[in-house]
This record gives sequence, structure tokens and C-alpha cells, in this order.
Amino acid sequence: MKKINELKMVFDSRSVNESFSRVAVSAFSSQLDMTVEELGDIKTVVSEAVTNCIVHAYKNTIGKIYITCSVFEEGIVRITVRDRGCGIEDVEKAREPLYTSVGGDRSGLGFSVMESFSDKLRVRSKVGVGTTVTIEKRICGKTK
Amino acid sequence: MPVTLKFRNGTLTAFIKGDIDHHTVPEIREMIDDCFVSTENAQTLVLDFSDVTFMDSSGVGLVMGRYRLASGKGKKLRVDNLSRRDYMIMKMSGIEKLAEINQRKEAVK
Ligand SMILES: Nc1ncnc2c1ncn2[C@@H]1O[C@H](COP(=O)(O)OP(=O)(O)O)[C@@H](O)[C@H]1O
Ligand SMILES: [Mg+2]
Repeated sequence: MKKINELKMVFDSRSVNESFSRVAVSAFSSQLDMTVEELGDIKTVVSEAVTNCIVHAYKNTIGKIYITCSVFEEGIVRITVRDRGCGIEDVEKAREPLYTSVGGDRSGLGFSVMESFSDKLRVRSKVGVGTTVTIEKRICGKTK
Repeated sequence: MPVTLKFRNGTLTAFIKGDIDHHTVPEIREMIDDCFVSTENAQTLVLDFSDVTFMDSSGVGLVMGRYRLASGKGKKLRVDNLSRRDYMIMKMSGIEKLAEINQRKEAVK
């Protein structure tokens, strides 16, 4: 795949940054001629991944969230969301629909939503080191 | 104000405005719950999503929580005017088996 453009951002794990980060990534990706639906998909997956860093990875502390968004000539967007937080002990279990370690008002649907609105989802995590979520989406665009 | 509340004929309707995410949910939840709890005549709580501009799975948590609150009081919950995407996300939770959820009539393109 041939990379044609890349965005990198680092920001604090404050919940006020949830809307900023999903809007920034979708605006950057929109250089690939996209439908409103596809832009919405990107906003949704970024929002899920970033919220997980804030709610789970850094819990009651503030850490840094690292996002890379790469755009490929073939019409693919790859988004990487990384944290240096607590890590996930059992990734398989965490990815199960409706599984949440927190309960209360979390629905446990974050990973399911990321999966259904993208084409590829990879989760790499190490307890005490952090988590990297990589999402790929093929853009069909308005010509579809 | 992210929520406007209207009470009529035993139904309390909460019109939610703007983005629903983990950052905005606490205020939305508080506004709805304060009014619902103090409106004892309300037999049904309706969450109206007409003016919701974005929602992620935090919105599912919000709806599930209001369902638990309402059903705990023997009352009903209904969700109206979900966008196509938000309707899809809601259905991932199976909430439609517990409460009525309705999609928005999208403008014909
Ligand atoms: N970045 C992360 N760091 C640590 N744990 C995480 C991270 N992302 C997800 N998790 C774990 O995976 C679980 C499932 O995540 P998700 O599907 O988004 O549901 P929810 O956020 O509603 O709990 C979380 O409850 C949490 O235990
Ligand atoms: Mg989540």
C-alpha cells in the first residue's frame, strides 16, 4: 500500500478531547472523497477508541493519547490509537460483545462498534505497558 | 442546555440535543433523571433523538440506565427518532427486546 498522507497527534486523556479528536481525524481523512456515512463511521470508531483510553487505560489519572492517521492511495484509512495505560489482561474477552470490566453506565459495546464500522481491527496490549488499537477502513466514496 | 423536557398526558419527553459521548452523558443523565424522578405522574419516559448529532456506545449506556430506572418504578421507556446509525448501535445491545425504539424518518434524497 502507498501512503499519501499522515497525521500524528498527542493529547491529554481528558474527556473534553473526545469530540475534538474524532472531528480532527475525520476531517483529515476526508481528503479521500468520502460519503457522509463513511465520515460518520470514522468519527464513531475514533470516539470509542479514545474513550477507552480515558475511561479504562488511565482511569482516574491523566496520561497521553497518541493517534496516527494514515491515508493510502488505494483508498484506505488506517487509524492507530495508543495509550501507556494499564493494559488489557485478556484481549479476547475484552472484545466480546457486551463485556465490560466497569459496569454501571458502560455498555461493553465499544469493540463491537469499532469492528462493525471498520474493515479490520487489531488490538495489541500488555498489562502495565499499554494498548494499541489499529483500525483500517476502506473508503468507497461518493462514486459508489 | 443539552436536554429540553416536556410533560404531557402521562408522558415525559426528553429532547436531547447535540453529541452524546462519555463527556456529555453525565449532564444529560442528570437533567433527565432529576425531572423524571420528580414527575411522579409520568408513566412513560420518552428519549427523543431528533436533534442528536452524534452518538457512540456511551449513548447505549445512557438508554440502558434510563430503562433500568423506569422499569424499577414499573414505568415504560421509549426511544424515538434515532438516526439509522444510532439505531444500528442501539440494536447491538438488544435493548429493542426491552423497550420500543424507533428510527427517524430520514429525508428522501
Ligand atoms: N485502552 C484500554 N486500556 C485498558 N483496558 C481497556 C482498553 N480498552 C478496552 N479495555 C477493556 O476492555 C473492555 C471492553 O471495552 P469496550 O468494548 O469498549 O466496552 P466498555 O468501554 O463499555 O467497557 C473494557 O471494559 C476494559 O476492561
Ligand atoms: Mg468502550
